[in-house]
Amino acid sequence: MSTRLATGGRLLTKDKPVTFRFNGKQLRGYEGDTLASALLANDQMLVGRSFKYHRPRGIVASGAEEPNGLVNMGDEGKFEPNQRVTTTELFDGLSATSQNHWPSLEFDVGVINKYMSRFMPAGFYYKTFMYPRAFWKHVYEPFIRQAAGLGKAPKARDVDTYEHYHAFCDVLVIGGGVAGLLAAKTAAQSGAKVMLIEQTAHWGGRAPVDGGTVDGDPVEDFVEKTVAELASMENVTLRNRTMGAGVYDHGYVLGYERLTDHAPEAAGPRHRLWRVRAGHIITATGAIERPLSFAGNDIPGVMLASAVRDYVANWGVSIGDRTVIVTNNDDAYLTAFALKFAGLEVPAIVDARPAGDESPAMAQAKALGLRVLHGHGIAKVKGNKRVTGVAICAQAGEGAVLEEITCDAVAMSGGWSPVVHLWSHCGGKLAWDDAQAFFKPDRDKAPTGADGAGFVTAAGAASGALILSDALGDAHAAGQAAAKAAGFTARKTKAPKGETPAEAPMLPVWMMPQGASAPLRAKAWLDYQNDVKVSDVQLAAREGFESVEHAKRYTTLGMATDQGKLSNINGLATLAGALDTPIPQVGTTTFRPPYTPISMGAIGGEARAEVFQPIRRTPMHDWHDTNGADWEPVGHWRRPYAFVRDGESTHDAVMREVVNTRQNLGLLDASTLGKLVVKGPDAGKFLDMLYTNMMSTLKPGKCRYGLMCSENGFLIDDGVVARIDEDTFLCHTTTGGAERIHGHMEEWLQTEWWDWKVYVANVTEQYAQVAVVGPNARKVLEKLGGMDVSKEALGFMEWADGEIGGFKARVYRISFSGELSYEIAVDAGQGQAFWDALMAAGAEFGAMPYGTECLHILRAEKGFIMIGDETDGTIIPQDLGLNWAISKKKEDYLGKRAQARSHMTDPERWKLVGLETVDGSTLPDGAYAAGEGVNANGQRNVIGRVTSTYHSPTLGRGIAMGLVLHGPDRMGEVISFPGTDGKTYEARIVDPVFYDKEGEKQNV
Amino acid sequence: MKRYSAFAVAREAARFHTGWERAWRNPAPKSRYDVIIIGAGGHGLATAYYLGKNFGIKNVAIIEKGWLGGGNTGRNTTIIRSNYLQDPSAALYEKSRSLFETMSQDLNYNVMFSPRGVIMLAQTQHEVRGYQRTAHANALQGVKTEFINPQRVKELVPIINLDGPRYPVLGGLWQARGGSARHDAVAWGYARACSDMGMDVIQQCEVTAVRRDGGKVVGVSTTKGDIDCDKLGIVVAGNSGHVAGMAGFRLPIESVALQALVSEPIKPCMDVVVMANTVHGYMSQSDKGEMVIGGGTDGYNNYTQRGSFHHIEETVRALVETFPMVSRLKMLRQWGGIVDITGDRSPILSKTPVENVFINCGWGTGGFKATPGSGWAMAELMAKGHGPLTDAFGMERFREGRFIDESVAAGVAH
Repeated sequence: MSTRLATGGRLLTKDKPVTFRFNGKQLRGYEGDTLASALLANDQMLVGRSFKYHRPRGIVASGAEEPNGLVNMGDEGKFEPNQRVTTTELFDGLSATSQNHWPSLEFDVGVINKYMSRFMPAGFYYKTFMYPRAFWKHVYEPFIRQAAGLGKAPKARDVDTYEHYHAFCDVLVIGGGVAGLLAAKTAAQSGAKVMLIEQTAHWGGRAPVDGGTVDGDPVEDFVEKTVAELASMENVTLRNRTMGAGVYDHGYVLGYERLTDHAPEAAGPRHRLWRVRAGHIITATGAIERPLSFAGNDIPGVMLASAVRDYVANWGVSIGDRTVIVTNNDDAYLTAFALKFAGLEVPAIVDARPAGDESPAMAQAKALGLRVLHGHGIAKVKGNKRVTGVAICAQAGEGAVLEEITCDAVAMSGGWSPVVHLWSHCGGKLAWDDAQAFFKPDRDKAPTGADGAGFVTAAGAASGALILSDALGDAHAAGQAAAKAAGFTARKTKAPKGETPAEAPMLPVWMMPQGASAPLRAKAWLDYQNDVKVSDVQLAAREGFESVEHAKRYTTLGMATDQGKLSNINGLATLAGALDTPIPQVGTTTFRPPYTPISMGAIGGEARAEVFQPIRRTPMHDWHDTNGADWEPVGHWRRPYAFVRDGESTHDAVMREVVNTRQNLGLLDASTLGKLVVKGPDAGKFLDMLYTNMMSTLKPGKCRYGLMCSENGFLIDDGVVARIDEDTFLCHTTTGGAERIHGHMEEWLQTEWWDWKVYVANVTEQYAQVAVVGPNARKVLEKLGGMDVSKEALGFMEWADGEIGGFKARVYRISFSGELSYEIAVDAGQGQAFWDALMAAGAEFGAMPYGTECLHILRAEKGFIMIGDETDGTIIPQDLGLNWAISKKKEDYLGKRAQARSHMTDPERWKLVGLETVDGSTLPDGAYAAGEGVNANGQRNVIGRVTSTYHSPTLGRGIAMGLVLHGPDRMGEVISFPGTDGKTYEARIVDPVFYDKEGEKQNV
Repeated sequence: MKRYSAFAVAREAARFHTGWERAWRNPAPKSRYDVIIIGAGGHGLATAYYLGKNFGIKNVAIIEKGWLGGGNTGRNTTIIRSNYLQDPSAALYEKSRSLFETMSQDLNYNVMFSPRGVIMLAQTQHEVRGYQRTAHANALQGVKTEFINPQRVKELVPIINLDGPRYPVLGGLWQARGGSARHDAVAWGYARACSDMGMDVIQQCEVTAVRRDGGKVVGVSTTKGDIDCDKLGIVVAGNSGHVAGMAGFRLPIESVALQALVSEPIKPCMDVVVMANTVHGYMSQSDKGEMVIGGGTDGYNNYTQRGSFHHIEETVRALVETFPMVSRLKMLRQWGGIVDITGDRSPILSKTPVENVFINCGWGTGGFKATPGSGWAMAELMAKGHGPLTDAFGMERFREGRFIDESVAAGVAH
């Protein structure tokens, strides 16, 4: 059983006990524990169930590579599934539950035993579940979905907050072990601005556990001293609990800082996402120990040797009373010594390497009286939910049992693999090291920046320098190289000298024993979480899934939440073996960010809820809100759809607004309409290219309605252009179009007509604009007093600057309703006051505000098109009968050439018409007119469609606009529109102008 | 070919699965084929499969520079739907969707087609009208869709937030027989079936030149030698411009990175596929339990199969607003693929200026769902020179202005 030792635990604060709950049970730990160490201290080895077979799973690692220890944590708005116990710092009141089992962790009915699992090898689901056809959706898949998944889905809204930070540095060092610390210090000594980030709460990485000396002093002293030095340097930023999550193009790095995960009651954001632009990056990300592949290596109690050592040294936890060590290298001997010194039993060190020259570690083992079995391996681990013993065999054989050893834990080591993820994210290549049997960064093939130079350097164990002395030398050189790469001159310093005992070479062992029989291979796990065994990878190879990507996808190896940190190298070595191909030729799968999963909350950052996409507000927004506005999102604005009064439906309100505007006086907040100032000696020439109309001939003081097309000839925006003076135009755009059209103008000016003397400024928000519409429009303005707004002084399609009711105003005589209409712009800060003045003065004339739907009906009654309704990105002005707005005199405009293409001039193009239902009802939105028969693909032929449709209170009937084949030639004809409601609507083709065809009302 | 079945799995279990044969052969190229398809992705393999199945053309090689299914086939978010607006698109995608219905049985390979339903959310009045239009069009095209109200959306997607502060859900376009399938299995199933028909799937073989004689194709040069053919199909999404260049013609496409990401797996919480175009994000839950999330394309052309992180941020923000629970999940993995974008965002299935060279490209961000239909239509085009499903998709349409613009239905601003 695993338990807390009386002594040891360098990271614990023993006078600060902490209570926490696991599956409802109250347990105790100490400050400084991880959830993993605290669970183990309470003999909770079993922590979860595997993904596919629901096998019992125990903790196997002590860090970010842990595949099994995943739990649900927290409650309600702080609930989160799949929290890794090895990277969760314990805090008082922590509450966790285990995942993926029913009804309980100890007894899971979903467990697939060894007999059943025979029927479920890799990819079995591609070969089965095909009949009967409907069963996949209704029977097989629901069952599989329920069995799969890990943690529970969160339900409540997240109560935590998140933030983004931006940082710039010359050198970013990722990893705060000895290599990272030294590299950071060396780089910083050059004067470079250095940032050092470390994913755990502690500095020094593995070194304090693994031991050794630096310049004669214990390595812990070196760590402490270097951290202090770095902390005192002004050009250095240190962040612990901050993981390097991903490396992107141009030296862009994501750092994931967990601010309050260890103290959930603390104020402030939970996570902070650092977006770092680094001149050069050093990855000092260490190395991860590999498991060994032997039968039963997934039984709880089998753990990485380094993790066993960590739990003893860092947290004073023993994994078992009797621990068998199984290894192919010297490093795992340190675990045996640590256990022995802690007073625990180590019945044997099973060393796969044949006896050879005695290394210092082997000599020490002998001196401590430890039994070393050279050339041996584990044939099979005994036990079910906990190790009870191991069967020993010859490594060279097929697994005949020579001896059984009773034990309750197994510490395994298959060698180490440098953490190359961050190096690889942005294209860094790897080289295979035969002697140490691992992939390491290929120095000559670093990720390259815009200048073709590498921008990442690996340091220490992450570059393959596993031994302390090598790591320090490597890190020192990396620090100097990074400083140089970032443009600094490295100070001439010497690398400190690290010393550890010499080690005998490791021996690659990919299968234990090497000739293991099929039944043993079917129990030798590679991927603990996803239940991928040696036999599965061999099956993939047999079936032709020879590419490492195929094998991964077919078996799901490395696709679990640990992304194969423990399994990938063992898996591809197994694949290489099955294919009889050298490992480097098989290659690796692609390393993708993030290094370990990062919260979506952090990715989203502050921009959530109210500030997700901040709402743009006109100066009159609040007034609308308190006066019944039924809001409609339009672009980033909100516009009142209608102003609904008590006891009125939205539809009633719209009808009232239309009638009132036609008969009395309506006020529309038109501030959202885009207003672009186009200025310069070439402004007229520029607008002649942008609009289909001729704008350069427009006289100052006049307005002109204009159309804008894309290069492909399609109508993209419309609006009224006013010429302010010889060099200045003010272009109105649609509400949704302002930013887009501004960008469109800039693109042409910057990329094609960069020598034209034109500036464009978006002044949309500088003005509040009110449309004063209706027969009483002039009356209310005259009552307010000021400038002359008579027909003679300010004719239709003219504008003037002046004063109205004491407000400085620019008044445009334009109409989108067919009524007498003034659009009046005042300074944005005067908007509300001006609106109030209009409402007050207009009271006696029946003034009412109106919303967007009323605006739409007013314009549709007049047959005016609306961008986005009559257009959809495929419509040219000629389709809409707007030929009058296309200048024949101009040599060119954007879209002119496109509009001459054969399909654009095709007489079969649908054309704009008005539509009146025969029975007066309203046509459904988006309905199509059906023609005769079907096309070659069996689809019903269509001859037209509805583009806008409304009930017109003015006419007391449904009116619509639509595009119809040969429409203008078919006036009076009745065509039918099948609705999705099952009804068919009959409508007559009519002129699109329903109201005041002569345009008399707007021109009074 | 030994058939796959539960019985076969049981039989093999007895001997620890040592008796399974290769899913597809690994042949050396012959000197000549009737048809060569460049690109062993889903579309290329499907083209070959239907050439054999529908037209009896079986002397076919499918040449792949990497591993089969390794391009966008293996990188997409596996959404299948056919609720397109324009007639030619609806015909092609609905053909494709209907082929997915029986694909597992046709190929004797479980591609896990799951018609779990697809909702496209309407979050502005503009989108409401747009999707009502699509629903009307679909009804006449024989595509079953319906516009549903917010309450129905909530019933189908309990984790959705209907009244977010920014964009309330006003309804949605619902296609009940849309859904998803296992993307790799589609490629593997077709490869196995092609191989079984005697076709050669040749991996790790890069085409280096398209050999022509007087405006007519005669074969290709590859890293495994020259291979002759009568007809050549180029089906290489993400590299289309490059390979077309070898054949001596240019394409009206741009290549950009499209990104996707998955969360860690969780227990089932969302059965249907949801697309939210106003905020640019879509999400489904895989059978493994991961939330599969698709985002937007980068604004610049490149071939790196990576992308800019700010797009991931935008996508995640959009989804946190739409599904607040997402905030408390973690991103497991992000990746990118290179998509061909045409001027009208519709594909090209076309003859080319080189006689007997045909091209299939330009699927933009939505090619996976078209895999079987694309193969079916492309096979007909290559066998007969034309066909009703491909007639509208010729590349000459860009010269004529005869666009098939789907951005209306996709809710893209215009």
